[in-house]
Amino acid sequence: MSGPSIYQPQSKVLQWLEKRLPIGGLIHSSFIAYPTPRNLNYWWTFGGILSFMLGVQIITGIVLTMHYTPQVDLAFKSVETIMRDVNYGWLLRYVHANGAAMFFLAVYIHMFRGIYYGSYKEPREVLWILGVIIYLLMMSTGFMGYVLVWGQMSFWAATVITNLFSAIPGIGEPIVSWLWGGYAVGNPTLNRFFSLHYLLPFVIAGVVVLHVWALHVTGQNNPTGVEPKSDKDTLPFTPYATVKDAFFMACYCIVFAWFVFYIPNFLGHADNYIPANPAVTPTHIVPEWYYLPFYAILRAIPDKLLGVLALGGSIVILAFLPWLDTSPVRSARYRPLFRQFFWLFVIVCVGLGWLGSKPPEGIYVILARIFTVYYFAFFIIILPLLGIFEKTKPLPNSISESVLGAKA
Amino acid sequence: MTTVSSAGHTRRDFLYIATGAVGAVGAAAALVPLITQMNPDASTIAAGAPVEIDLAPVANGQIIKVFWRSKPIFIFHRSKKDIEEAQDVSVSTLPDPQPDSERVKPGHDQWLVLIGICTHLGCIPIAHQGEYGGWFCPCHGSQYDTAGRIRKGPAPRNLEVPPYTFVSDTKIRIG
Repeated sequence: MSGPSIYQPQSKVLQWLEKRLPIGGLIHSSFIAYPTPRNLNYWWTFGGILSFMLGVQIITGIVLTMHYTPQVDLAFKSVETIMRDVNYGWLLRYVHANGAAMFFLAVYIHMFRGIYYGSYKEPREVLWILGVIIYLLMMSTGFMGYVLVWGQMSFWAATVITNLFSAIPGIGEPIVSWLWGGYAVGNPTLNRFFSLHYLLPFVIAGVVVLHVWALHVTGQNNPTGVEPKSDKDTLPFTPYATVKDAFFMACYCIVFAWFVFYIPNFLGHADNYIPANPAVTPTHIVPEWYYLPFYAILRAIPDKLLGVLALGGSIVILAFLPWLDTSPVRSARYRPLFRQFFWLFVIVCVGLGWLGSKPPEGIYVILARIFTVYYFAFFIIILPLLGIFEKTKPLPNSISESVLGAKA
Repeated sequence: MTTVSSAGHTRRDFLYIATGAVGAVGAAAALVPLITQMNPDASTIAAGAPVEIDLAPVANGQIIKVFWRSKPIFIFHRSKKDIEEAQDVSVSTLPDPQPDSERVKPGHDQWLVLIGICTHLGCIPIAHQGEYGGWFCPCHGSQYDTAGRIRKGPAPRNLEVPPYTFVSDTKIRIG
């Protein structure tokens, strides 16, 4: 796509640089002149928010590393030292811990937005799959970071999650022992998790570059799902998208700050302020809230191997979404039936999250099973069939027509 | 470029294949240390040597927890009632069928020695809880009986029996 303006630096230094490394032109065409659909709503600001959150996590993480000790006898103590003694340590750690939650909240909104507006459809399949990869990397990174605190929840989360691999027939046990570097979760485990927790955010940053690259090849989707057809349908990224992104990012930060300053432990678990004890499992263990829906799916199935497969499948299935959704119409605006199934899907996902936090007994198990069935049915039954049977509403001729009416 | 040959196979083809083969073998060889370094190291294995446990202080009905290879080991001094309950169950109805006699050493029915790790996802079950008088796992609700056999819940197998021998009537060696 060609932008409405071309980069022509005035300064002699920039002209000199541009001849040797055209980075100014790349930035200009990607973030200034880049044409964005004129009808983007606030749901489209979460890409920017996510980049910002990744930056927050990397910066606070690097700083926390300067004070943290990845050793079983010292890890918990060093975290407490950060909280009590290190200058602004309490703030840095609370920003990092709540930042993870805000990062996941943003990614879930971003993903639901993608599903609602059909952003994964041709030609954006690779863009979507890169997003699924980023999400998987985020989950691993978040999990390993949580373990570093080395409280009771950390230790038992590490035990339960690594034990998921023991469900693999035959080679499960050797794999688990290899992951641990011992006969149980211990110092080698903590050390390697620390190493990987430091590495993976930079891998995420690398995949984010690919994600943005793929985005800039296909262009952004928009609330109508109709591709821009003329210059009337688009606006330059700066100032229009830049300001909109920045404004909503500031709003998001207010919520973030409210968590950090007023309820910093609201999303955590009191048990994680007890040092890790390999001899006692806490009576009620649950993962962080952003893993709860998957945890509920795991527990809904009364067989170990099938439960683990369902847990993995519930995430992997997202990568196949571009081919499971057979409808040629992208946006839910013009898909009345899909819209209802979509909101039911949102309710089911949130419901699974709630059930994941409840003990696995009685009505909770039954509900979790019903919701799990819907979760998978949405992808492998409803979406393929809707493309065949749904009567969609007429699409607007162009983005500008949908915004300004037919008179434009 | 003087190596173009009409025969179809050139020196360059040979060099490509030879270099590629050596490179692939080299890469595979480099993976061995990179992957194996994550397995338990020599000190961890050495620390996993057998341990001896004195059973004399364990009262009738008591369950103690000791550690071997960083794994919790349950030692249950079973009462007559516990043993009878474990023996009276019809073995074929169990999820992981195993008679009580296979879970203990002959002549030492009162001593049940188990690795105290739930076979589901590795939590430590709580003793004397659940419907079967054995253990209850708080994580996902698995229940074990007085022989450590899975009776209810998502765990696929009975609690594992570690390798151990009776050194004397009141002393065992685990490992």
